[in-house]
Amino acid sequence: MKIIVAIKQVPERDARIRIDSAGKWIALEDIEFRMNESDAYALEEALLLREAHGGEVVVLSAGPERVGQTIREALAKGADRGIHIVSDALSGYDALGVASLMAAAIRDEAADLILTGLQSDDLGLGQTGVILAELLGICHASLILKIEKSDSGIRVLRELEDGWFQHIDMSTPALLTIQSGNTKLRYATLMGIKKAKTKDLRVVEAAALGVSATPCVLLDSVALPSRQKTTQMLTGTPAEAAAKLVEKLQQEVRVL
Amino acid sequence: MSTVLVFLEAKSGVPTRISLEAFAAAAQLAASSGAQLAAAMVGSASGPGFALLGGASQIFALEHLLLEHYTADGYTAAYAQLIARVQPDYVLFPHTYEVRDFAPRLATRLGRVLISDVTGFQASAGQILFMRQLFQGKLNGHYHAASPAPCLISVQAGAFRADAPAATSVPAATFAPELEASAIRTQPGEPFRAAAQTVDLASAPLLVSVGRGIKDEANIPLVQELATALGAELAASRPICDAGWLPMERQVGSSGQTVAPKLYLAVGISGAIQHLVGMKGSQCVVAINKDENAPIFEIADYGIVGDLFEVVPALTAAVRKAKG
Ligand SMILES: Cc1cc2nc3c(=O)[nH]c(=O)nc-3n(C[C@H](O)[C@H](O)[C@H](O)COP(=O)(O)OP(=O)(O)OC[C@H]3O[C@@H](n4cnc5c(N)ncnc54)[C@H](O)[C@@H]3O)c2cc1C
Ligand SMILES: Cc1cc2nc3c(=O)[nH]c(=O)nc-3n(C[C@H](O)[C@H](O)[C@H](O)COP(=O)(O)OP(=O)(O)OC[C@H]3O[C@@H](n4cnc5c(N)ncnc54)[C@H](O)[C@@H]3O)c2cc1C
Repeated sequence: MKIIVAIKQVPERDARIRIDSAGKWIALEDIEFRMNESDAYALEEALLLREAHGGEVVVLSAGPERVGQTIREALAKGADRGIHIVSDALSGYDALGVASLMAAAIRDEAADLILTGLQSDDLGLGQTGVILAELLGICHASLILKIEKSDSGIRVLRELEDGWFQHIDMSTPALLTIQSGNTKLRYATLMGIKKAKTKDLRVVEAAALGVSATPCVLLDSVALPSRQKTTQMLTGTPAEAAAKLVEKLQQEVRVL
Repeated sequence: MSTVLVFLEAKSGVPTRISLEAFAAAAQLAASSGAQLAAAMVGSASGPGFALLGGASQIFALEHLLLEHYTADGYTAAYAQLIARVQPDYVLFPHTYEVRDFAPRLATRLGRVLISDVTGFQASAGQILFMRQLFQGKLNGHYHAASPAPCLISVQAGAFRADAPAATSVPAATFAPELEASAIRTQPGEPFRAAAQTVDLASAPLLVSVGRGIKDEANIPLVQELATALGAELAASRPICDAGWLPMERQVGSSGQTVAPKLYLAVGISGAIQHLVGMKGSQCVVAINKDENAPIFEIADYGIVGDLFEVVPALTAAVRKAKG
């Protein structure tokens, strides 16, 4: 089975968010980047499938040069090769634009399975994978926790609302968007890190893919959210704050 | 006259709560842009759900054997045909797991991008700006559509207030899309639930809920002691249950339990929307978090900014003392 895994590099979860001077995006200067969380689970599922059934795992990422690090990390965990769509100007594309770049870069790969994360931890549209499936003319399922091979293709476990689940049978080629949390993630071994340096990494210039960057939707501005409720902040040393809270719980909330 | 078209989901034939919220959002959008409101739902036009859509001047019942069970291929094709017929300026959806699944595909087929999980909108200088959250609620973004109609929007659960259902004033028209069984490439199985529940979080009056700030399984006793001191049940955010540190039945949020206790004490939980939808009906929310900008503080009544490893033991001690 040939599996492509789309991986987005995003600001680290605990990164301090400051708005840039134009008010259009966050200031990226002091930010550390990492692999998007659900993409790490997509990679893990792909590696497990390859271990069980053989085949090849190819990682795909679009972004500036720094994205190369995240691709190397995936190679170190065990992916066989990488494709890097290089662009410093992805903010000029919307999700359809980015998915079109990815479609153009992988169409000839004729993969059996394409896995993406469910949703990115930064812009969080939760759409790029599904859009890519439509562009490639293949079927998809989203919010997937588990993938098994079946006689006719694959059987996947999909999460539904409120603790419900469902199996879906589908043919391949197919695209699945993977939900976080269903397996334990592996770490890269020293050997893996060493090997990653020699693995094939195809670099494609976004501009060479013939995709128009005319977006359908534009992000005009970003802002820090305002509080809906007036939160009473209880200050002081931990013991002082705790004493204040206990007083509130006794006298105002009346639960003590 | 331009049209705002809203798609609703039904359970047992009746529109779900979040669908009625999307309906209310669509009505507001129609009013603010001088458009008429059209509504569509899968089902038989004589079904009870279609009688509660007062305010809509066109109502469509999408009916086809192949729509009885949800599939992305079936819904995408059916809705694309209805959109071609109605020619709306805006198409609204409730942001549900189904909509997440097919609406991006539908938008792509129309050459558009869905603005997903919208929390509000405002008219500004002749265009409409749509708000949505970025960075799991740590930032808000304002978007507008730069392409010609239709513009597709999905609205977040709880972001708009659903009006009390009013009686429909126009009869629902059956819309029978042309669908081929061979074009549906997925076969969905029956929904099922995981293992039976042994704790009923929903009936617990006090909850102490723990998130990823706890860092390690070995630290769980810290919050367990606080819960015991308060006489509270222990709950958790999803990553804690995914990691197996607490059983899934203790998970609060959109894919877990919905709770509304007298007191919800969130420890080391950031306050992502999928968590908030499960607990924002709580009477009193207390948050302990080291990040003063954590979104959980936006809905908390009381907050302590600090290291939970210092604050929680101090609080446990103070509660024990107060209880004597
Ligand atoms: C101000 C601004 C800044 C932007 N910065 C970026 C940026 O840094 N990087 C970027 O890609 N786009 C960027 N964009 C462009 C674009 O709008 C979206 O980021 C892109 O369409 C993906 O949307 P999303 O992040 O909501 O991903 P989602 O739709 O939530 O992503 C779902 C999944 O798609 C896959 N995926 C998404 N993006 C990529 C990618 N680049 N490479 C590989 N797999 C991917 C991942 O598996 C991810 O889990 C920016 C746009 C604006 C307006
Ligand atoms: C479709 C879908 C369904 C989902 N369903 C659910 C659901 O049902 N329930 C749910 O909870 N999530 C759900 N999620 C996940 C959700 O989006 C968030 O990722 C999750 O809620 C984050 O959990 P958290 O707040 O514990 O972790 P994080 O977001 O990592 O937050 C940890 C917090 O701890 C704080 N912290 C760290 N160290 C300390 C310290 N020493 N002292 C004090 N504070 C500290 C940090 O400042 C941070 O705010 C779902 C996601 C998706 C996409």
